[in-house]
Amino acid sequence: MTETALEVESTTSRTPVLSARDIVKHFPVHGGGLLRRRIGDVHAVCGVSFDLYPNETLGLVGESGCGKSTTARVVLNLQPATSGEVEFEGQNLNTLARREMRRLRRSLQIVFQDPYASLDPRIPVNEIVAEPLRIHGLYENGGKERVRELLATVGLRPEHGNRFPHEFSGGQRQRIGVARALALEPKVLVLDEPVSALDVSIQAGVLNLLEDLQENLGLSYLFVSHDLSVVRHVADRIAVMYLGKIVEIAPAEQLFEQPAHPYTQALISAIPVPDPRKERTRQRIVITGDVPSPANPPSGCRFRTRCPKFANQLSDGQRTKCVDEVPELIDRGHGHPSACHYAEAAQLI
Amino acid sequence: MTPTDPTTTAGDTVLEVEDLTVQFPTDEGLVEAVRGVNYELRRGEVLGIVGESGSGKSVTSLAVMGLLPKTARVSGSVRFNGNELLESTDKQLSRIRGRGISMVFQDPMTSLNPVYTVGDQIAETILVHNDISKKAAHKQAIELLETVHIPNPEQRAKSYPHELSGGMRQRVVIAIAMANQPDVIIADEPTTALDVTVQAQILDALRTAQKETGAAMILITHDLGVIAGQADRVMVMYAGKPVEKGTADEVFYTPRMPYTLGLLGSLPRLDVKTERLTPIAGSPPSVINMPPGCPFSPRCPLSDDICDQEEPDLESGSDSGHLAACHFSYRVEGHEPADLFRPNAEDPLPAGATEGEVIE
Ligand SMILES: Nc1ncnc2c1ncn2[C@@H]1O[C@H](COP(=O)(O)OP(=O)(O)O)[C@@H](O)[C@H]1O
Ligand SMILES: Nc1ncnc2c1ncn2[C@@H]1O[C@H](COP(=O)(O)OP(=O)(O)O)[C@@H](O)[C@H]1O
Ligand code: SF4
Ligand code: SF4
Ligand SMILES: [Mg+2]
Ligand SMILES: [Mg+2]
Repeated sequence: MTETALEVESTTSRTPVLSARDIVKHFPVHGGGLLRRRIGDVHAVCGVSFDLYPNETLGLVGESGCGKSTTARVVLNLQPATSGEVEFEGQNLNTLARREMRRLRRSLQIVFQDPYASLDPRIPVNEIVAEPLRIHGLYENGGKERVRELLATVGLRPEHGNRFPHEFSGGQRQRIGVARALALEPKVLVLDEPVSALDVSIQAGVLNLLEDLQENLGLSYLFVSHDLSVVRHVADRIAVMYLGKIVEIAPAEQLFEQPAHPYTQALISAIPVPDPRKERTRQRIVITGDVPSPANPPSGCRFRTRCPKFANQLSDGQRTKCVDEVPELIDRGHGHPSACHYAEAAQLI
Repeated sequence: MTPTDPTTTAGDTVLEVEDLTVQFPTDEGLVEAVRGVNYELRRGEVLGIVGESGSGKSVTSLAVMGLLPKTARVSGSVRFNGNELLESTDKQLSRIRGRGISMVFQDPMTSLNPVYTVGDQIAETILVHNDISKKAAHKQAIELLETVHIPNPEQRAKSYPHELSGGMRQRVVIAIAMANQPDVIIADEPTTALDVTVQAQILDALRTAQKETGAAMILITHDLGVIAGQADRVMVMYAGKPVEKGTADEVFYTPRMPYTLGLLGSLPRLDVKTERLTPIAGSPPSVINMPPGCPFSPRCPLSDDICDQEEPDLESGSDSGHLAACHFSYRVEGHEPADLFRPNAEDPLPAGATEGEVIE
């Protein structure tokens, strides 16, 4: 084995802090009328697997409805999976006893998108941040000081802790949500669209804060977002989802420099960049139509109804494979896995 | 001095907005939503209006369209093809809205009627302003659906709005907006609720509509990427006022106002790996009972005594078409965001609190 191969080997053999294996989540669809009989299933998440390594940010990106939040909730055991397994530090969350789950919960925390809806307006900020400590019986012992410390950590003034959420701006509210999530000293934060509700000038401050916290506290992030620009900025690796499946997963730079899946390519090329000259000269892959319903996903490759490669480049014979065979998420010679029978790296930016 | 755009030739101008102000008296105080907006819009051009939420982008356009609630106090002048709109009667205004200026909102259902098919709605728009047969109007409606790239337009014309996806509905609204060959199309956050791949389709459809009708377009968005790709000229708004104006290249490559520079430094980018963002400290001011001085001062790294006393006018520097409202714009020119803004600019004060105030 050459030296570089050894290096690769040693980085990939790191132990993940969190692993998802073949997560499936279906939601029943009920018909109208009095009986509301079950008439089918929404295939929200269909066989999603990933590893999250210590001190790493894994970005989970895709358009609305592709199953990002459901994946996040299943990983946190906030919602039971239809099938599949989640392991945290080698322990299978699905088979844990309630007491052990409670202990593990401390290590896995979530921050939600909407800093307005996720904070109880009737409770002062000190109490919002203290609540997880109280629930886990950790408040009595120095909890008050810990809350002050947490507020300072996220860039808020501890002396403002007795104010109510509405007295804070959107960015500050999101910092309160982060302080609360940090209260139990978690190892993993699941961030579900943490900056999507914020104006850009404010969003930047929260992103910097998250970066600093990761560095100082050694956190791992599962960073869920529909915004590929934000994900590129924060993530070490990125998983792109489409209709409940990961279609490509790669180190951030590789995903942007050599995207191999037609959907990743379309996504990258659809996002405008704040540079007029680049915008004027950019090559665009425009995909047509809308995302099909997850209650009735297309056979074979789920992207085929919108895939520009399928529509414009493949022969009838090649298309048959897209229609009949689900493309596996495997390395197809691009240095990272992609789920397209005809994956081909492209340079877009 | 009224700032004007010297590059504009008068004959070309379709819409001229001068010293527009809009105030809302409320229980909390006087909301100064728009505090003096000036712009000229030339035939065929795209003016991008960008700014964070609450900066007055929507109220400005609603004022132009005469669509503000009765409580609003409006002053200034809005001239459309030379006619003063602020003094027009409701009847004159609704005529102009139908065929002179049309609007595309963020939520397509604002413009659609749920109980009529989309084909009927487009045809109806045409019939109100044109003396043609119903059949001819329907034929035109289908052609319009085709123009905005709706597949199977004949089939789709028979659909009700709820049978269509968000992106399809927005295309129908664009078809309605272009139906009567308007001179101006105002699109207010037309893609904000949509996914990026659908956004790309809608921006395409808007461009087509604008080119086919020869209309001028005002594109309002908070997304600097969308502006960069679509606008010929750009107006940046902050706290109810334009704070920078110029061609897209001028505003993006050589900003002269600290706020614009700060916005660019806050933006994570798809095309380059940014190591560290430089946020703007604090948050936008409330536009209720505003204090004197530059509204950006509490967040501005260049702020000095004069900034809190005198609000700067929108003025040009050496290149005359490029305007900025800043006493120290010469200190912004040629700088990168990181030269002025710090990565760890926190916002430690609750909204409305003042520095030094300690409670407990
Ligand atoms: N509780 C639920 N009941 C039924 N369908 C759901 C539920 N939660 C999510 N879904 C559906 O599952 C799909 C994935 O949703 P979600 O995970 O929220 O996507 P994302 O976060 O990527 O926008 C969507 O089609 C959504 O409508
Ligand atoms: N009808 C109204 N009554 C009182 N205040 C209003 C009304 N409409 C808008 N405003 C206020 O005017 C300001 C500008 O709003 P708007 O133009 O909608 O901002 P933008 O479109 O840039 O997000 C905001 O502070 C908003 O709260
Ligand atoms: S498998 Fe076929 S349809 Fe799917 S992305 Fe690849 S080329 Fe397109
Ligand atoms: S006028 Fe003063 S406070 Fe306002 S932007 Fe310029 S330097 Fe900053
Ligand atoms: Mg979600
Ligand atoms: Mg608005």
